[in-house]
Formats: sequence, C-alpha cells, structure tokens
Amino acid sequence: MNKAHATSAKAVTMTGARMVVQALKDQGVEVVFGYPGGAVLPIYDEIFQQNDIRHVLVRHEQGAVHMAEGYARSTGKPGVVLVTSGPGATNAVTGMVDALMDSIPLVVLTGQVPTFMIGTDGFQEADTVGITRPCTKHNWLVKDTAKLSETIHQAFHVATHGRPGPVLVDIPKDVQFATAGYIPMEQARTAHYQPRLQGDPEQIARLVEMIETAERPVFYTGGGVVNSGPAASRLLRELVDATGFPVTSTLMGLGCYPASGKAWLGMLGMHGLYEANLAMHGCDAMFNIGARFDDRITGRVKDFSPHSKKAHIDIDPSSINKVIRVDVPIVGDIAHVLDRVLTLWKARGSRVNRAALAKWWAQIDQWRAVRCLDFTNSDRTIKPQHALQRLEALTRGMDRYITTEVGQHQMWAAQYLGFEEPNRWMTSGGLGTMGYGLPASIGVQIAHPDALVINVAGEASWLMNMQEMGTAMQFRAPVKQFILNNERLGMVRQWQELLHGERYSQSWSESLPDFVKLAEAFGCKGIRCSDPADLDEAILEMVRYDGPVIFDCLVEKHENCFPMIPSGKAHNEMMLGDADTRGAIGAKGAVLV
Amino acid sequence: MSALNIKKGSSSHSAYDLRDPNAPVSETHTLAVLVDNESGVLARVIGLFSGRGYNIESLTVAEVDHQGHRSRITVVTTGTPQVIDQIKAQLARMVPVHEVHDLTVEGPSVQRELALFKVAGRGEQRIEALRLAEIFRANVVDSTLESFVFEMTGTPEKIDAFAELMRPLGLRELARTGVAALARGA
Repeated sequence: MNKAHATSAKAVTMTGARMVVQALKDQGVEVVFGYPGGAVLPIYDEIFQQNDIRHVLVRHEQGAVHMAEGYARSTGKPGVVLVTSGPGATNAVTGMVDALMDSIPLVVLTGQVPTFMIGTDGFQEADTVGITRPCTKHNWLVKDTAKLSETIHQAFHVATHGRPGPVLVDIPKDVQFATAGYIPMEQARTAHYQPRLQGDPEQIARLVEMIETAERPVFYTGGGVVNSGPAASRLLRELVDATGFPVTSTLMGLGCYPASGKAWLGMLGMHGLYEANLAMHGCDAMFNIGARFDDRITGRVKDFSPHSKKAHIDIDPSSINKVIRVDVPIVGDIAHVLDRVLTLWKARGSRVNRAALAKWWAQIDQWRAVRCLDFTNSDRTIKPQHALQRLEALTRGMDRYITTEVGQHQMWAAQYLGFEEPNRWMTSGGLGTMGYGLPASIGVQIAHPDALVINVAGEASWLMNMQEMGTAMQFRAPVKQFILNNERLGMVRQWQELLHGERYSQSWSESLPDFVKLAEAFGCKGIRCSDPADLDEAILEMVRYDGPVIFDCLVEKHENCFPMIPSGKAHNEMMLGDADTRGAIGAKGAVLV
Repeated sequence: MSALNIKKGSSSHSAYDLRDPNAPVSETHTLAVLVDNESGVLARVIGLFSGRGYNIESLTVAEVDHQGHRSRITVVTTGTPQVIDQIKAQLARMVPVHEVHDLTVEGPSVQRELALFKVAGRGEQRIEALRLAEIFRANVVDSTLESFVFEMTGTPEKIDAFAELMRPLGLRELARTGVAALARGA
C-alpha cells in the first residue's frame, strides 16, 4: 500500500463538496469563475460558507472559461472554472478547446448527475468526459469520494506541468454529498506524469554550433516562451542581445522580446511583417523557440524557409517534426534549454560570424525600408490602423494589458501595438475564437485590479459574449472595450473580396445595437467616435474613466489587413498594401515577388 | 479592388492549404502501448487515431497486470515515417500512457493472432477442409455433421492464407482477435 493511501486512514474526513473547496485552497486558488446549477449545488454551498476563495459569477459558461484563460495567461497561474452538468459543461467546451490549442493551464470542475443515474438520460445529463476527451489535456470522472481530493490535485499537476493545457474533473452529485478522508496535496500521486525539462546535451551542442556558424540566422519564438515563465523571456533577451541575431515571434509569443528592442522584426506569419517573413524565408539558420510551425506561420509547407538548417526547442515531443522536419530537435523546457545554450556558447567563446551577420542585417534593413505597415490615412474617416497607432501612443508605458477578439482588428493590434513584457497580450491564436476578448479582459482585470485592461475588438466578435458586461459591472472590473466598428465581419469580407469574386455573403453586421445606449443599459460608460480629429481626446476619456467603458470607434468599413500571405503561398509571395493589389488587378503579379 | 486571378479549384480559394504535403510511401508498424487501465483509456487512444486521421489496421487490448492495473494495447497502423513518428509522440504524451514501443523498428518481434473459422459443407469439401486444417495446424473446436469451427493461431498472413483456402470450401463466418505482439529475446 502506498503512502497516500496509508495516511488517508488518519486523514480528516469531509464531504466531497468540502474537499473540492479544500483542494482549491491547498492549490493556492484565489478566484473561481463559474455558474451554479443543480449538479454543483453542494459545492456552491461550501463556497458560500468560506471567504478565502472568491467566486466570479459569469453570465454564460463560455465566458467563465475565457475569463479563466485571461486570468491564467496574465498571471502564469492556472485558471479555475466551476460549472454544472449538461449545458453547463457543453457551454464550456469552446473555451476548453481554445485553451488546448493555445496551451493555457485551466482546471475545469463540472457537476454531474448522481453516479446511479449516469447513462439514464437524466435531467441535465451529458457525457461530459466523453465530449471533452479531445477538448482537454486530460479529464477524469470521479465516482468515489475517496479519490476526489487526490484527483483534483493530480488535475492541477497535469494542467501546469509539461505543455500546459485545460483539464476537467467531472464530479457526480452523490460524490459531492458523500464523505471520505481528504488527501492533502503533498500526498497526491503525481510521479507518473513528469515531462522532461532538460534538453539533450548533444543536441544543445549542435544548436550552439549553429549559432556560431550561422550567416543569416533568425530566432522564431512562440507562446512556449511565455508558458515557460519569466526566466525564459529573460534568457531569450540575453541570448538575442549577446548574439545580435534578429528575432521574430508568432502571435502567441508577443512580448517575450520587447517590441522596442533593436533586434525585433515584428510578428511573422499570414499577416506578419514583410521583414519578418522574408527573414524566415531567406535565413540559413532558424531557431524555433517554443513555437509549433502553425499553418498560419508556414504558408506553403513545401516552400517554407527552403535553405535553412532548423533547430526546434519544444516541451512537447509531438510538436517536433509534426509539420516541418527539423535538423536539431530539442525536447525540453525553454528556460532550462536556453540556460544550457547560453552557458555552453559562452564557455566556447561567445562566437558568431559577425561579418556575415552585418551583411544579413543590411539585407533586413532593406526589407524594413519597404515600411510594410504604412497605410493611407484619412482625415475624414478613422482608419483602424490609425486608431490602434493612437491607442498605442496614448497608453504606452502604462501598466497595460491587451486582449483581443478574432479577426482583422486582432491582426492590426498585433501589428501596431508594442509589447515590452510577456503575459501582457491575450488573444485566441490557435482556435480563433470570436467572443474571447471581452471575457478574457475581465479575467485579466480580476487578476490585476489596478491595471489598464483594454479589449481591442471588432463589433461582430464583441457581440458574441457581450452578456459578460454584466459580470464586469458586478465585479467592478473597469475593462475598456475598444471596438473597431466597421459594421462588417472584416476578415471574412476581406477574403470574399480577394478570393471569392467580391460576393459578400453574410459578412455585414445588420441591426447593430447602439453601443453607447448599450453601455448605459449596463450601467457603464459609452463613448462613440467617428471623426479622426476627436480620436485622441476620446481615447483619453476612455482611459481616464474609472469603470468599464464601451468605446464604439466607427472606422473605415472596407479597409483590408495587410501584409498578407494568401493560403497556400510561400513567405516570399506576400501581398503588401492596397496599392500593390490595385496595380495588379486580375494578374498573377498581385502576389509580390 | 478586384480579386486575385486564381484558378477555380485551386487551394488558394480555401482558408487552408488543401494539398496533402505527405504523399510518400506508407509503412506498416506494430506499436505496443502500456497504459493505466482506467475508464476511457481505450476511447482516448482510439479517439487520437480517428481525430487526427491515422489508420488502425488492428487493435487488441487487455489488462496484463491486474495488481498494477496496466493494460497493453497492441495497434497495427500504417503511415509515412513522419506520421508514424507523430503517432508515437502523440501516444506517449497522453497522461495514462506509460510506454510506447515500436516493435517494427525496435528489433525482431513475434506477432500472433487467433482466429475462428466456421466452415460448412458436406462430402469431399468437408474432408478437404479438415485436411487443410491439419496442414495449417488448426484445431477443431466445434463440429456438427455439416460444419466445423476451426481455431488457429498464427501470423496475420497465415490466417489470411487459410481464410482464402476455406472460402471455396464453405467458409461462413470468420472471427479474428487482432494482433498481439512481443519483442523477441529477453
């Protein structure tokens, strides 16, 4: 008999419901995002009778999961969700898949019908573990109260170790009522799941050789750097500064290297910067640090960075060689591996090929000179890019967190806002979940009550979870909803314009609410701005207001998001601004170079 | 602004690249996966294969350590070398999975499958079936005046061969367990 079970005989006896709250306390949980219902009433009764854990009552379970994601991504701690059985659980599914795709640690607790009713199509019964098996990193149905506390501790362990992700514990109502011995956190068995942190020294040596000999290097960083923790960003900065190599990042990794840094190329990928994508295409040594060669990054796989030797550091072995074959695979935690890389590289004399590197930078500077983010501004209508430039200028240096919804505004935010630190940028990357940003901003604000939290949104995405404004009001979360309102599903409209013969099928926003009146209805502040001359003052009014704001920024309706690599194209086949496509109507030259 | 002039049916019309980058030859591998025998573990493994579009040629599972609650899943799968590597990595990162062995690359292995054949016939056909069963070392586990049930253990190829021979001799039903496999040597 193992230690845990031997001591459980002497352990404190309590109900399953109390165990849940006790286990959360032991795990250091401060906030739970949730919504009550029949199958979790015993747990809610326990929450009522204590003050250590704060419960944030959401308006829809999807909101709870996105809030927990915002909380987790801005703090590095796991987000916790508590919802009821059946519809409570199914409503949480989108958020869990979102967290799975973006590697966000979440612990989702769901109520379930009593064990003796499972399989009878009981009221609010759903096969929650069956439904969420492919939506979670792991999940458990606990049928015995004696196993409940240990399972919750294991759930936290699995969610936060290795590649982080969402886990789910399904707890039938009779298990919540029954009593058993509580197994404390330290006694829970977690030995079996211990992903490897240290990289293979031989491969690390090969990576160091690549650094020493590279002529046209590029660091390609991703969300793994954020997930590894603050040390990883610090080490990355040290490595970049010491080598002088250029660095780009995926959408998920923004902030790991500061946007104001000398070596920063900007984001890469489908709507990434010209210089970043061409550096990826033309490099001879690529260092992938915590990214996963997503299809929005690689474009046409066959022509992805054709002349480079590639190294890949990832904590998840299945990320390596999944899409792109690499030459130097390193399975391990980013901070651990970068520390070894730096130590070894310094011990061998901190060598790089300076002459070749200078030529490479000269080439990159030529690409930078294209100024791919330039756009034609207007003094009549607010260009969305201009709105974000002004937002950036007026809030830079503040204790600022940005969330986004999904679409054009998201890409513009990634292009025009600058991030100096990790954990400051929360966006739905892998799943692309419209409706993510508003609840995520509330989760961030709950974790950082005094910070400036702005959700850069499009009006269509924002409407998907707008009920959560009620949550923001109830919990005094002064989130700023900066809505770039083009009365269109902008990204869909853009694809229809460029690729579907300008047939704008269902891509406009009809019957929009009056956002200022909507704000008033929720009891918060509404601001509308349509004149570029008024924009600065309106943004400052939003920032200064002590409470939630819905900012209806009426922008140019037909603006397209550039640069753009059309699907199935290579990095060197980018489309730049409007002018380029206009000059090449119907011609193959519409795609540059 | 006008549209890009892209040929109809081109994958550029899609939000995804529709061309399959993995066209090369596929290989068959036998994987042994040691897992915790907890509820849903088989669904997890099968869900991985169906969810990511991998093939399952054969799959067997049973608890092999009753005290430790360990099950052994033997799965025969096909794919390009890159896909096979992916399958192994995806299996290995699952929480209840303890070990993944690729018996096809880890050295020689023995592979066996058990099959039951129901063959119905009279006269010469019936005698011929019995004679072939002896050659293949199949056992008769049920007999009526008009039928046999043969039991045979062997490689999947041997079972295929015997089934082909039985077909014209009155093969009515065939049940196969799928492959169980172990590495040779200690």
